[in-house]
Amino acid sequence: MNQTLSKKLVLTLLAWFIALVVFFPIFWMILTSFKTEGEAVATPPSLFFDPTLAGYHEVMARADYVKFALNSVIVSVGSTLLALLVAIPAAYSMAFLPTPRTRGTLLWMLSTKMLPPVGVLMPIYLIFRDLGLLDSLTGLTIVYMLMNLPIVVWMLYTFFKDVPRDILEAGRMDGAGTLQEVLYLLMPLTLPGIASTGLLSVILSWNEAFWSLNLTTSDAAPLTAFIASFSSPEGLFWAKLSAASTMAIAPILILGWMTQKQMVRGLTFGAVK
Amino acid sequence: MATLELNNIVKEFGDTQVIKGVDLEVKDREFVVFVGPSGCGKSTLLRMIAGLESASSGDIKVDGQRINEVGPAERGLAMVFQSYALYPHMTVEDNMGFSLRLAGVPKAERRQKVLEAARILQLENLLDRKPKALSGGQRQRVAIGRAIVRNPSIFLFDEPLSNLDAALRVQMRIELARLHDELDATMIYVTHDQIEAMTMADKIVVLQGGVVEQVGSPMELYHHPRNRFVAGFIGSPKMNFTEVEVLDANAEGVSVRLPGGSECRVPVDGGDCRPGDTLTLGIRPEHLTLDDQGPLSGKIVVIERLGGVTSLYLDADGDEWILVADGDVSHRVHDAVRFGFEPGRAHLFAEDGLALASLERHPLVNVERKENRASTSGDDH
Amino acid sequence: MRDRASGRTVGGMRTLFLQAPAVSMLLLWMLVPLGMTLWFSFQRYNLLNPMISGFAGLDNYTYLLTDPALWTAMGNTLLLVGWVLAITVVGGTLLAVLFQQEFFGRGIARLLVIAPFFVMPTVSALIWKNMMMHPVNGVLAWLFNLFGFHAVDWFSSLPLTSIVIIVSWEWLPFALLILLTAIQSLDDDQVEAARMDGAGPIAIFWFITLPHLKRAISVVIMIEMIFLLTIFAEIFVTTSGGPGLASTNLAYLIYIRALLDFDVGGASAGGVIAIILANIVAIFLVRTVAKNLET
Repeated sequence: MNQTLSKKLVLTLLAWFIALVVFFPIFWMILTSFKTEGEAVATPPSLFFDPTLAGYHEVMARADYVKFALNSVIVSVGSTLLALLVAIPAAYSMAFLPTPRTRGTLLWMLSTKMLPPVGVLMPIYLIFRDLGLLDSLTGLTIVYMLMNLPIVVWMLYTFFKDVPRDILEAGRMDGAGTLQEVLYLLMPLTLPGIASTGLLSVILSWNEAFWSLNLTTSDAAPLTAFIASFSSPEGLFWAKLSAASTMAIAPILILGWMTQKQMVRGLTFGAVK
Repeated sequence: MATLELNNIVKEFGDTQVIKGVDLEVKDREFVVFVGPSGCGKSTLLRMIAGLESASSGDIKVDGQRINEVGPAERGLAMVFQSYALYPHMTVEDNMGFSLRLAGVPKAERRQKVLEAARILQLENLLDRKPKALSGGQRQRVAIGRAIVRNPSIFLFDEPLSNLDAALRVQMRIELARLHDELDATMIYVTHDQIEAMTMADKIVVLQGGVVEQVGSPMELYHHPRNRFVAGFIGSPKMNFTEVEVLDANAEGVSVRLPGGSECRVPVDGGDCRPGDTLTLGIRPEHLTLDDQGPLSGKIVVIERLGGVTSLYLDADGDEWILVADGDVSHRVHDAVRFGFEPGRAHLFAEDGLALASLERHPLVNVERKENRASTSGDDH
Repeated sequence: MRDRASGRTVGGMRTLFLQAPAVSMLLLWMLVPLGMTLWFSFQRYNLLNPMISGFAGLDNYTYLLTDPALWTAMGNTLLLVGWVLAITVVGGTLLAVLFQQEFFGRGIARLLVIAPFFVMPTVSALIWKNMMMHPVNGVLAWLFNLFGFHAVDWFSSLPLTSIVIIVSWEWLPFALLILLTAIQSLDDDQVEAARMDGAGPIAIFWFITLPHLKRAISVVIMIEMIFLLTIFAEIFVTTSGGPGLASTNLAYLIYIRALLDFDVGGASAGGVIAIILANIVAIFLVRTVAKNLET
């Protein structure tokens, strides 16, 4: 008994130590956001101090921060909605009206996601330049929609396939036509899956840091690009930068925590469930 | 009236023929059981009747009308699925009333019909629960209730008891029999369990490899199996089989030499049998009796005592025999015993597996389970 | 293919119609840029010098393949991917085993340990650059000084290592999440049977847990490889590929050629190489996923 108890203790301490070490940088940033600029660069780094919301106030007072935040929201949510619009019928047909081609189509969609963005950087940049889509929310939304489409289709497909066949058959025996089957049976049963798919797409879009850095400059820049613009160290603004960063990552952190399980399904294309 | 007729039904999946020409007739208010080993096609047959699979060729007729092209909901049938297939996001009441809701029946009337069915199945105080809050037996009753509410002409059951534990299964068997009596409806029931078939059916259809092996009442199948497969499938423990040599055949039956040397005349129609032919003798374990002067002998290998009966597993020079004896038998493992049987209880099967016809039919074969309230009864075959 | 007696069409036209938007969009997204990249790679095309044009044949490729910058970048890419893979997969596996056990506050600890994956790469990079690795004000500098060592100027002296650290920190949670999910599908019965057979915790890990995780580990490796080949933001925000080319990987090199030098031809040739590399890994991943598909 004593041995198991001490083993448990070691386990708990080890796990917590690792968790705290891994989380530390984030923790430190959040902490810094509540400091004054002077404290933020103090050596030795201070753990205890008088917290202040000055950093947050200043950041939010900047009109362009709000604009960038809004850009992130618009682009993430917009691309997700568009992707869902196109993906739901596709996934439905693959799950319930399969043809011999279905499997090939699914795998091909998967392969398009594996295209390295940098490989098509040049043409996309030139096309966007010529179409006037550079530094535009529309352009970025379209790119994100296309980037996430394979994952969205895949996740929805696996959720649709999870609906047991007999339940739909029982519905048919009860007299449900296709529309009723979708409305009364399919939608209620797959809504949680559709929601987590949407959340995953939002997370991936929000954090995307290639196209957002290369296709936008001032108007359509989302938060990723805005934060990147502070890459040269200037010392006296870390508290504000921390505040801005904390606000930028907070929603996604929470969303990510909530959708852990479904993320695994989506990120591994169902290979690990 | 709810009669079913299947004419030469064939079902192909790609290149394989799963159902190879099935003819069947189900009378009004009959309880018919499709039984057979896994893969025999019984579930496929049921699904074709339901409309969930289409027949590759042949006619399905309900009350004389051909319904091959009619959709599952319009056929007026209801099905109870093996997994119950309850709608997980709806309450018991909504589950049972779903078909009515789809048909546009007003709420008050729906509730009334659901309550009626709930009363029959004792589900009244479960109406507000969701399926995940119900036990296996309760879910099954909800599935049956859903079917009852539709007031179908024929009930279809797809192995409904196979997901229940043994005790519950016995209980539900009795409830289903009671239900059949109370609702007075035609029921078609699929199972792989021959005990369920024997205890519940008015008529059993034994299937193997997509072909109907025999159709008949439980007693008919038990006493007069048409071939070796049916003989071995029906009855538990399984029938004993051994090879015997024909000595002669006359109007009294066929005389054969048993293992161990003795002779026995079995009262069956010898047909073309010649002395020297090899036949298979079949005798059920419950028809073997321990007899010190018996023609057969063996050593006890395993004893199973159930209290009321005792099963003895015997080894006779490599041949295996099962004997079901009275519960008070006092033998022990490794004992040598002698046993025999009444010739009238034995069966003989030719090389092609077909049984030689009995000279006398068993008295219980034509007794119906209950008074059939429909107009004509009479011979099923 | 399932039959329906009710006469509804199976597959065929309806499926095509429902899939058309998704398929056609992805087709366009894939073919047009890919085609253009390929085309440009054979062209002499520099946006800063619009006078020069014309077919370049394999010139861009020869120039690229004889450019020492490319090989430095490829080498860096290999080092980057290799190290991050090693750290995240080994670390992820061990942590998955650890977090599979029951301990006090496991739920919260788990949230803390997967957090880095959800932080956007630019923020991650800046946290490490300014707060952790800063040679004067960073936490690591303070820690080093505490133990009597000199603070390291990470991005100057160990640029690639710094990037490896940052990216590993970001992706370790990913590996952990996937492997933890996979570990949870391990039958308790198997482990108990092994214990009855006399296996200690290390034997159980080696003979039971690891084989069970084989599939998941290979999926993690393949997915990480595909994404790690094109690490960009972290380099962009911290070292800009420097000092010199010390922390430039293939993706960053292409970026330099494309949007800084505006050498369309050269960048496209580089892009083609990147695509080929990614495709090699992709083939294996698609095969694994295909095996799992039960259409």
